[in-house]
Amino acid sequence: MTGSEIKLETQNFDLYYGNFQALDDISLQIPANQVTAIIGPSGCGKSTFLRAFNRMNDLIPGVHTDGEISMEGENIFNMDVVALRRRVGMVFQRPNPFPKSIYDNVTYGPRVNGLRDRDKLDEIAERSLRGAALWDEVKDDLGKSGLALSGGQQQRLCIARALAVEPDVILMDEPASALDPIATLRIEELIRELKEDYTIVIVTHNMQQAGRVSDYTAFFYTDESRTGILVEFDNTKKIFTNPSDQRTEDYITGRFG
Amino acid sequence: MNEESEETMVNTTQDVAWQQTQSEAEAHLAKRRLTEKIAFGVLWAAGAVAVLVLIAVVGYVLLEGAQVIDWAFLTTRPKGGLSGEGGMSTTIVATIYLVGLTILIAAPLGVGAGIYLVEYAGEMQGTSGWQAHLISVIRFGVETLAGVPSIIFGLFGYALFVTTMKFGFSMIAAALSGACLVLPVIIRTTEEALLTVPRPYREGSLALGATQWQTNWRVVLPAAMPGIITGVVLSVGRIVSETAVFYVTLGGSYYMPPSPILHFRDFLTSGGRTMALHLYYLANDTAAFDKAMGTGAVLVVSIILINLAINYLSHRLNQSMRGEA
Ligand SMILES: Nc1ncnc2c1ncn2[C@@H]1O[C@H](COP(=O)(O)OP(=O)(O)OP(=O)(O)O)[C@@H](O)[C@H]1O
Ligand SMILES: [Mg+2]
Repeated sequence: MTGSEIKLETQNFDLYYGNFQALDDISLQIPANQVTAIIGPSGCGKSTFLRAFNRMNDLIPGVHTDGEISMEGENIFNMDVVALRRRVGMVFQRPNPFPKSIYDNVTYGPRVNGLRDRDKLDEIAERSLRGAALWDEVKDDLGKSGLALSGGQQQRLCIARALAVEPDVILMDEPASALDPIATLRIEELIRELKEDYTIVIVTHNMQQAGRVSDYTAFFYTDESRTGILVEFDNTKKIFTNPSDQRTEDYITGRFG
Repeated sequence: MNEESEETMVNTTQDVAWQQTQSEAEAHLAKRRLTEKIAFGVLWAAGAVAVLVLIAVVGYVLLEGAQVIDWAFLTTRPKGGLSGEGGMSTTIVATIYLVGLTILIAAPLGVGAGIYLVEYAGEMQGTSGWQAHLISVIRFGVETLAGVPSIIFGLFGYALFVTTMKFGFSMIAAALSGACLVLPVIIRTTEEALLTVPRPYREGSLALGATQWQTNWRVVLPAAMPGIITGVVLSVGRIVSETAVFYVTLGGSYYMPPSPILHFRDFLTSGGRTMALHLYYLANDTAAFDKAMGTGAVLVVSIILINLAINYLSHRLNQSMRGEA
């Protein structure tokens, strides 16, 4: 991974839901302006890991953590959580636009961060919707409810909403799993464009998707005794063509038959 | 076609071990059909009787009441006395004032408490341990209070507001007591409304760097509004129809209460008589049965209107939530 700057880094990171350990001693480095995919069988801790970066797990009863996560060298657990989340945006598995107009959805982030100027908000709305490849479809109807859009459009609206606060990092938890193949391809295209400006971490169940969009891949695993172990982290190409761990190979080839 | 269906029939009988013979199955089916019909008949009859009783009560009051209700009845004040002379104008005004003042006190408190219990101390924070216990004790308390006979609130209000705090029989004492009466309702409905707001809305907002207050104010509360408003309007209904609490806190003056806008202080300390209270006085202390019925009819119509308002509002708000409006 030489040559690229490190955006996020976890060191011996553990996470517990009550007594249940869901992440076990994870250490890895997420390079800036690259797409990092997190893959692995269901229940292995992918979402939990992703949600650690914007401290979304703080909201869950009884969660506690060990070890460290840093962004650009600063421990995120010492940062103000509101400030952290402004810099680390998130797109959820199920599109979750607010029951508000498209315009209010996109400008929500800038507004809660204190921006009032209508012209600036208009500008941000257009730029973000363009960034999320949704502008052409909605530009004449920004007052329409976000809930009235199709699933794929809703997800792009959520991406636009995340872009509007100009984060450094965008976390995506299976952003295309609720979408049809065409909408999925659009989102993937979008992800490849976005990495110019953002560091992207994406959880996916779809091996082809991981292969298509990511530069790096982390393979997480769970077995009878442990959950949330990082088996292998490397260049996506390396993981898919020449994995060094047998379990990675089994998982990847198993999926392809 | 026959051949095919016979074949499938044979197959199922062979495959399914517990299957009875054809005739057994038919007999059983006939029996189940009969049970179904009887159950339907009984439930239908129960429903019909219940509805008829309701229609009879409401219809009786409305018909009897209609004979005395006219413009003068609605716009002149009661004259007092054993004969129950006069109309009910001042009681309509007093009811509206009291509802306004009570809701003004109870709604912010109740909604605030509901928000605190769900968003800050309860479910949404994943509270555990002693705090969770405390919350469930508070919940239990609120639920119990909602079922306490209203006169208890009346006595409490009389002891605290009328006597100890020396407000006397007054709008303010009655409104504070009434607020205690409806607080549990508002808290409960607020909590329930908040719990129906999908968690992803909250997460979506927090993930964009909103504070919890911003999330509540801008996303959660608007989404919970239909339920919250329903609770508030429900409370309006409770206040309109309440007698016991106001009997011991509002007094029974049938004079026009001072205007809350022009004479706020006098308004707060003036006594009064709500429609329900007036009805109670008429039925108890006078021979004016017809006037009582007239007042009752106005009361019933008010309650019906309030319930229609609840339905309309929650329907409209639901629609706009889903983006249909
Ligand atoms: N809120 C929670 N409370 C308790 N345990 C949880 C919670 N969320 C997840 N877990 C457990 O933690 C483990 C990891 O869950 P996680 O959702 O991170 O898996 P995942 O890899 O994202 O799975 P999937 O691919 O199915 O989405 C699972 O065993 C799950 O049961
Ligand atoms: Mg997941």
